[in-house]
Amino acid sequence: MTVDREQLLAMYRCMLKIREFETRAHDMFLTGGLPGFLHLYSGEEAVAAGVSAHLRPYDFIASTHRGHGHLIAKGGDVKLMMAEILGKSTGYCKGKGGSMHIADVSLGSLGANGVVGASLPIGTGAGLACQLRGADAVTVCYFGDGATNRGTFHESLNMAAIWDLPVIYVCENNLYGVGFCQRDHMRVCDIADRASSYGFPGVVVDGNDVVAVSEAAGEAVDRARAGGGPTLIECKTWRHYGHFVGDAAVYRDPAEHEAWLARDPILMGEALLASNGWATQAELAEMKVEVAADIQAAVDFGLSSPIPAVADLLTDVFSEGGRA
Amino acid sequence: MTKMNFGEAIAAGLMLEMERDPDVYIVGEDVATFPAFGVTRSCFEKFGPTRVRDTPISETAIVGHAVGAAAAGLRPVAEVMFMDFFGIVLDELANQAAKMHYMFGGTMKVPMVVRTASGAGIGAAAQHSQSLEAWVAHSPGLKLVMPSTPADAKGLIVAAIRDDNPVVFVEHKMLYGMQGEVPEGDYVLPLGKADVKRAGVDVTIVAWSAMVHTALAAAELLAAEGIDAEVVDLRTLVPLDTNAIMESVAKTHRLVIAHEAVKTCGFGAEIAALVADEGFDLLDAPIRRVTAPDTPVPFSPTLEAAFVPDAQKIVSAVQSLT
Repeated sequence: MTVDREQLLAMYRCMLKIREFETRAHDMFLTGGLPGFLHLYSGEEAVAAGVSAHLRPYDFIASTHRGHGHLIAKGGDVKLMMAEILGKSTGYCKGKGGSMHIADVSLGSLGANGVVGASLPIGTGAGLACQLRGADAVTVCYFGDGATNRGTFHESLNMAAIWDLPVIYVCENNLYGVGFCQRDHMRVCDIADRASSYGFPGVVVDGNDVVAVSEAAGEAVDRARAGGGPTLIECKTWRHYGHFVGDAAVYRDPAEHEAWLARDPILMGEALLASNGWATQAELAEMKVEVAADIQAAVDFGLSSPIPAVADLLTDVFSEGGRA
Repeated sequence: MTKMNFGEAIAAGLMLEMERDPDVYIVGEDVATFPAFGVTRSCFEKFGPTRVRDTPISETAIVGHAVGAAAAGLRPVAEVMFMDFFGIVLDELANQAAKMHYMFGGTMKVPMVVRTASGAGIGAAAQHSQSLEAWVAHSPGLKLVMPSTPADAKGLIVAAIRDDNPVVFVEHKMLYGMQGEVPEGDYVLPLGKADVKRAGVDVTIVAWSAMVHTALAAAELLAAEGIDAEVVDLRTLVPLDTNAIMESVAKTHRLVIAHEAVKTCGFGAEIAALVADEGFDLLDAPIRRVTAPDTPVPFSPTLEAAFVPDAQKIVSAVQSLT
């Protein structure tokens, strides 16, 4: 195994943090305390945790509608995130973005995105910025299985290929594009096969195995930093909830759902920590208490924060600045 | 001052900015090797393939990657060969670039320019001839520049590149060969400032892009009849210089708006509404619009010529007010 104790513990903690954030958001939504739409990352935590283990503060990520986990794994401030999804003025975007539009420029987050497939050209352009700046920065572009049927996928991957851009295309294949099953929405089993159309590597990993994700991402990130061009990583995974909170996901087979729940990435991480003798049950329990306290503090911050002033409606349409 | 054509003036502005700012690059279909209207050829010869980048025929990725590159700190000048292709790039432009500053609470800047060629006149027919400025103006967060002269084109492309917002820069293809005196060196015009291209006291004709020259021709015909028309060239539609429009109408008390785009929901309707709303008491006559008809752009030269408003149509509109 390529990860050591500290690395696995860090990824595990990251997964816990995402899960706790999503669980609290889910519960608040159901009790009417949270407005709008929520697309939860629960079940897919191993992807962001495993990928971000290889990212540096100056690397970029382009995220999706299901983006909370991507930002938390990149180091996002859960207080500012919780305030944002509650529509509060203290949120990352002053309450103007909401769950689908959170960004943290200081962490290289180019934003979550409400349009499926829109992260692909945006991440590709950030990859060009990384390349032209001449440092070793890379960009991770997250998207789902459904997005790979959009034209943005084709145009972006082809552009990245001809320019050898340092972009890691991470497909979170949760097997459903909203309610449409992958076996019905495309005729290939492995989305990674599509990379062959662009002339760069495509790999399939178990997206619920944080170590497998980390190994694949590490190889792709290293190659990109060294000027070796893009990689497509397909992470096969499963969302624990429907497409959005309120979607009961009746289009999925309950037996399949149960099978995936048994392969919960957090449970798999725990099992790995235990089998290596890297953490006791008491240590894991303590970590869960710490993470829960972090998220509780975020909830408290969000709930106690002021709502935006109505005058804020009219600000931030245009940036006032320019390059002198 | 140097005499050059409209396309050369844009190239001069592009090269000025590429020289002074290493983050500026040009990107689009054939911009390096075989530019459709020749504008960026000299830029490629001077700066080479890293900063003047040919792309595959992938308009979505041309504009979409520019959004990401701008958000990540570069200053792309992306070319969409014909404005008619804005249907292909509208998500990247109107749903991404336009909104990112607002959605992200003012924390993100998207300093990019999209250059594109608009307008009829070369027999390019329905899918290569449109004036789609209303599509752009209807999306808050995008600036919109439509110059009419070589000097304005240089000063405004420089301003567009230096601006921290996404700017759509529309070049009417009938203007590319137009000659004019262009200031040398660091010449920049403010966005949102109209220019009175001909002063007059009897009627205001508001126009932009190539239609400014049609309006000026109409003004000469009107002068022969003793009508002294003022021609206001908006130069930028977003931001809109409402003061310049109102000041001119306050002087002339009559308003004709001329544009090459089709009539319904055209930008002329917005100006008419603005003046009706804020300047009703200034008006001595109804507001008239001179526009293309609500049809696709036809191919046959006879039909195409009939589609584009000419000076006589503007003259007739003015005459109907007096």
